[in-house]
Amino acid sequence: MNSKISELRTKALSVIEQAADLAAIEKARVDLLGKKGELSAIMKMMGELSPDERKELGALANQLRSDMEQALEQKKSVLAAAALEQQLKAEQLDVTVPGNPLLTGAQHPLHKVLDEIKEIFIGMGYEIVDGPEVEYDKYNFEMLNIPRDHPARDTQDTFYVTENVLLRTQTSPMQVRTMLKGKLPIRIIAPGRVYRADEVDATHSPVFHQVEGMVIDKGVTMGDLKATLEVFAKRLYGENTVARFRPSHFPFTEPSAEMDVTCFRCGGKGCSLCKGEGWIELLGCGMIHPKVLRDCGIDPEVYSGWALGMGLERVVMNKYQIDDLRLFYENDLRFLTQFN
Amino acid sequence: MLLSKKWLSEFVDVEFTPREFAETMAMVGFCIAGNESEGEGIKDVVVGKLLKIETHPTDPKYFVCQIDVGGGRTLQQVTAAKNLVEGGLCPVCLPGGNVKGGPTIGTVEFKGVKSEGMLVSLPELGLTQNDFPNGIEDGIYFIDPEETPCQIGDDILPVLGLDDIVFDVEVTANRPDGHSVIGVAREVAAAFNKPFKAHTPVVKAGGGPVEEAVDVRIDDPELCPRYTMRVVKNVKIGPSPKWLRERIRAGGMRPINNIVDITNYVMMEYGQPMHAFDIRELIGKGGKAQVVVRQAGEDKTFVTLDHVERELSPEMLMICNAHEPVGLAGIMGGLQSGIKDDTTMVAFESANFYGPGLRRSGRKLGLRTDALAHYEKGIDAQMTLDAVNRCVELCELLGCAETLDGVIDIDNTGYTQRVIKLEPDKINRLCGTDISREQMVEYLTRLQFEVKGDDVYVPSHRADCEGMADLAEEVSRLYGYNNIPSLPHQGTTQGKYTEEQSFERKMVTTLLGFGYSEAITYTFISPKWYDKIRLPADSPLRNCVVISNPLGEDTSVMRTTTLPSMLETLSKNYNNRNESARIFETGKVYWPAADAEQLPEERVILTLGSYNAGDFYAMKGVIETLLKALHVKTPTFVARREDPSYHPGRCATILLGDVEIGVLGEVHPLVAETYGIGARPCCATLDLKKLFENRLPEANYQPLPRFPALTRDLALVCKEELEVGNIEKVFREVCGELLESLRLFDIYRGKNLPEGTKSVAYALVLRDRETTLTDGRVSKLIEESLAILKDKYGCELRG
Repeated sequence: MNSKISELRTKALSVIEQAADLAAIEKARVDLLGKKGELSAIMKMMGELSPDERKELGALANQLRSDMEQALEQKKSVLAAAALEQQLKAEQLDVTVPGNPLLTGAQHPLHKVLDEIKEIFIGMGYEIVDGPEVEYDKYNFEMLNIPRDHPARDTQDTFYVTENVLLRTQTSPMQVRTMLKGKLPIRIIAPGRVYRADEVDATHSPVFHQVEGMVIDKGVTMGDLKATLEVFAKRLYGENTVARFRPSHFPFTEPSAEMDVTCFRCGGKGCSLCKGEGWIELLGCGMIHPKVLRDCGIDPEVYSGWALGMGLERVVMNKYQIDDLRLFYENDLRFLTQFN
Repeated sequence: MLLSKKWLSEFVDVEFTPREFAETMAMVGFCIAGNESEGEGIKDVVVGKLLKIETHPTDPKYFVCQIDVGGGRTLQQVTAAKNLVEGGLCPVCLPGGNVKGGPTIGTVEFKGVKSEGMLVSLPELGLTQNDFPNGIEDGIYFIDPEETPCQIGDDILPVLGLDDIVFDVEVTANRPDGHSVIGVAREVAAAFNKPFKAHTPVVKAGGGPVEEAVDVRIDDPELCPRYTMRVVKNVKIGPSPKWLRERIRAGGMRPINNIVDITNYVMMEYGQPMHAFDIRELIGKGGKAQVVVRQAGEDKTFVTLDHVERELSPEMLMICNAHEPVGLAGIMGGLQSGIKDDTTMVAFESANFYGPGLRRSGRKLGLRTDALAHYEKGIDAQMTLDAVNRCVELCELLGCAETLDGVIDIDNTGYTQRVIKLEPDKINRLCGTDISREQMVEYLTRLQFEVKGDDVYVPSHRADCEGMADLAEEVSRLYGYNNIPSLPHQGTTQGKYTEEQSFERKMVTTLLGFGYSEAITYTFISPKWYDKIRLPADSPLRNCVVISNPLGEDTSVMRTTTLPSMLETLSKNYNNRNESARIFETGKVYWPAADAEQLPEERVILTLGSYNAGDFYAMKGVIETLLKALHVKTPTFVARREDPSYHPGRCATILLGDVEIGVLGEVHPLVAETYGIGARPCCATLDLKKLFENRLPEANYQPLPRFPALTRDLALVCKEELEVGNIEKVFREVCGELLESLRLFDIYRGKNLPEGTKSVAYALVLRDRETTLTDGRVSKLIEESLAILKDKYGCELRG
């Protein structure tokens, strides 16, 4: 009996040792430890032994079982590790093969930059308003201090529907509409399409976009206008951007100004983009004319305000150095997808 | 506005480089668009004296000249010019020098004779015979030493007056006074803080009373608020002196003769258009010379100076003699008008006409002249007298005429000087500055305003200044906008997107995520585009807002549908060989109101378009998923067979409940063909506002299910033409809330199925949220559904 146990031990350890894979280990486990296995066969013979022998040999058999289990486990984990290693090796990928592409669309560059502008102003407490594109002459001109026969009407060649209805030539009528609502204070920007009878070429389009801004509150000054627009310029073109203000003229503001910013390509040294001047004209602005306030039912003795207006196309063309405005309206995907 | 630096120096003593000038002037609101040195490109051209002229030894067509160029230097030149005069003074380009627009002149061997440098003609200096009437343009220019005193060897630029710089000044619309030398000079003086040297014309006169020479009558004082006239006699027409010709040239005009040049000179100096009549014009068919300013009325046509017969409107303002019109007031003279070589008596008109009236006339006539440009900008009616006096003063100075005594001056302006109250506190409050009252007075005084106590007297040429805000601008621009401290106002408003704006932003972001790129198209289109999308003649969509003065038919009506714009975009991309396209636009359509004087309804439409990017179902999936992402009600799709723009079998109306919100479909093959799209494009249009209005209420938390779900896969055989939506509807009605989801996972046609049928396979998931659902309950529901489906639509469970 004793020798049978030690024979089995020798054999078992050798079988386990030689097992080549997990299947061989499993077979060895069944052969050695299973119900019909070799150890069971030995155990069955125990019944014929005396209690003392049984006790002694039983202990030996149990020891053998435990040793075999341990050996099996050990071998199994070695083989499992090897198998895993082999599997991982077999599964190796060529990481330079392109990934599975997902589709992504491109936002129109005009709207992309417009969104940036909106975010900047929202951050400063502004709301965004919208208004009709087919507009009354009254709102587009008259209430903005541009009566009939005013020379400014010549520079804004207007598309008319009837004598009193036109395609807005500027986003400013939205200012008038906002003021007429009578809710003060006002901090808005009003982006939108505008229309002027310009033939299409690289820098003109009969449809283009403007962004208008307006603030009306008690105690608003030109200092506020400057501070706000300087922040705007820095946010749009970078922290190093410097703004300068030049006197100008718009019928609905007084004093009026043009704001230039240091050329974002050359930083103000002078280059082809800024025509050697170091400055790029960005927007027009000014303190809202008291007459405009009064006509819109706001007392200029109590309230003051300022307004700004800029051409979106020009801002975007400068920003991305696009040289032909027509590209914006041709919507060629090869163009649109360049600005993601 | 072209400004000569030399001319400017007559009114202000100031030195500057062109760059300094541009920067200083920009900061007071007068941008300098550019500057040009008149002698630009001319180098080493000097006064030379032709010492000796000999015929070329081998070619008699040429001459060999010896030229003294000063400093003891004599050059030998070979020339073909025929107008050579021994002893004459002429411009000579030294070897190594340049003439206008030419290469560097050197020393060459010409047919065996050395030729150093070049004799120079007027065009080679950028000049014409108008500038130097004593010269010719196709030969060497010989300097008139009487008119142009100079020394041999002198630089030619100052000698011929080419040492001036001309600035191009941009003038804003509120400053019509800026279109004159005096106007800009006043600004320069203020900007550089130098005195402005005003000039008051001094007239000798003595030629007898003007009243005996001419009568003036104004019939329409509103259109002609002021008419001033002086007359000169014993006129000797001839070229103007050199200094005057230089000014005319610097101002961008051509010298003609002394009288014409004087009128142009005064127009440039004062900004007051002047007209010189030969008195014979005003006499006309006889009698005393007369000026009548009246509307055209009965006169139907008029032939202008440029030989064009113009059609008149009755309201146009005419200058007439006693018999007939002689000119379009303020715009252009008649065919017979103008100064002739034998003119002996001239009447100078210095008038103020109503700008908007002239502007309308000019537009109707399609005429634009320098004079009209001045008038329509609106000019100071108080300068007519100074301007006309300046004219006759110049005549006297030139010694080309004798002035009659007195002035005819019909003044209906009723002018009184405008007074604005000086309110320093208000100005500082508006500007955010702390400028002292004294400083303000100083600035205003510099700008020719007169301040007495609290009253600011506005000069007549500053009609743009009407109130406190205007004074604020005057003060702040001299103070310097860039010196105003930047101080943000502490506002109390909250910056935010409205719910609708956020909704639209989310929509855009989602579509970008789906691979759709964004387009922006023109909102006005050609009415022919409605034909391209096969709209019937009576389609209500053809009723659009029509632009009365379009650039062309292509952009003449406001669109009532976005479909043609999208197809145009797809077509362009297809033609540009972009393999596939997925494009969206959020843009407006315009539905006219019944009354054209009312504004149309503007609605924002989301338009989707694609080709080679999936079929009808692909785009339907985009719409369904988009609406889900936007938390909008679940849409239903109803076949739309009558839409002429779409494939009749592949088009659907999109509904949210009962509300029609849009259309989806494969574009009709004929439409695709019209647009030259060789793929099968799909398009959809959705009304943004209706989507927004049909959002679902904000979600509440639903506890996660605690009881298991049961699934059933069913394949049904039904008639080909049965819309599967009907089957889904039955399942939903029968199973009610227990039906957690229903997914169509296969439609099969062909082998093993009877002709004209299809097999539709669904995966149903059922769950009771309150208790464990039993097989029995589910089977019962399925059986019930199948019974209805069989009964109603003849559907059979597939074996």
